[in-house]
Amino acid sequence: MTDLRYDRAPGDIPSEELRASSLPEALIYTIGLVVAFVLTATSFWIANTSLLWPGGVGLGLAVLAIAQMGIHLVFFLHLTSGPDSTNNILALAFGLLIVFVVVTGTIWIVSDLNDNMLIPSRDLMNMHIQH
Amino acid sequence: MNIAVAIDTVPQDALPGASEAGTASKRIVVTYGFWIFLLSDIVMFAALFASYAVLVHATAGGPTGARLFNQTTVAIETACLLLSSYSCGLMSLAVNSRNRLGTYLGALITFALGAAFLTLELREFADMIARGATPQRSAFLSAFFTLVGCHGLHVTLGLIWLVVMMIQVTVMGFVTSVQHRLLCFSLFWHALDIVWVGVFTVVYLMGVSP
Repeated sequence: MTDLRYDRAPGDIPSEELRASSLPEALIYTIGLVVAFVLTATSFWIANTSLLWPGGVGLGLAVLAIAQMGIHLVFFLHLTSGPDSTNNILALAFGLLIVFVVVTGTIWIVSDLNDNMLIPSRDLMNMHIQH
Repeated sequence: MNIAVAIDTVPQDALPGASEAGTASKRIVVTYGFWIFLLSDIVMFAALFASYAVLVHATAGGPTGARLFNQTTVAIETACLLLSSYSCGLMSLAVNSRNRLGTYLGALITFALGAAFLTLELREFADMIARGATPQRSAFLSAFFTLVGCHGLHVTLGLIWLVVMMIQVTVMGFVTSVQHRLLCFSLFWHALDIVWVGVFTVVYLMGVSP
């Protein structure tokens, strides 16, 4: 199983010899569950509280969501920075690049189009309606 | 004995690297291919998220998200999916140790929580449609039903897949191919939970906050 030592299937649990820390696997899942639960609860609290500056709520929610996705990747999908999962990380990085381009590009272009759209004045609209 | 000692003292770096070790095992090839499928699925969801984000204010005089969404339902749905992801992880541990009872138990809990999530979501949809908030009402609602409905469809497919896998475990036992499929299933299920994190943040929480 030389290849297992140097390459790891995505989502696979590292074999005993590879793991530096000897945490039991069930404990890793439990840590992930607890952290994800805390982050989710914080998200719901932020969205409903009036204690925080309203302008920062959206940003805070985005940061919490990205943090929780990271927690899921590390604790549930066992993604590490080790040499054995380089391929998985590279594929993920490419996927994230495409996601970033699609989402920010769409929002940027469409909001720009919206801003530049000419809103017809009332007279013009009346003219359209009359003819 | 001397040879054994010599092998033990060889540093790990002296072993061939990934590219030199020859073809990867089937377990790695299969799940890596599935990993790439999942990433392309996430790219598709990114497109749906983007279209939702640009259409969220296009309500055409119809109901807005703040009027339609019930946060308690969403919180319960989120808890269901998170716990089912956890039980799915414990199931994959049972699969790795060839524990039949643990596998069935994990699958049962995962299925029950997934089904509870789906029931809540369908009730929410039915409630919205009964109040006139159909997908035809506005561009916002079209984008909402496409995004959330697509995630719900994935959960439905995951539940069917889980049932099929349990039948295969019963009939075929823990043979290598079944283990590969179970590993792919747990990847799929965890990825769905990651997408749901995006859904509840972008759609439900950002939609209701002032």
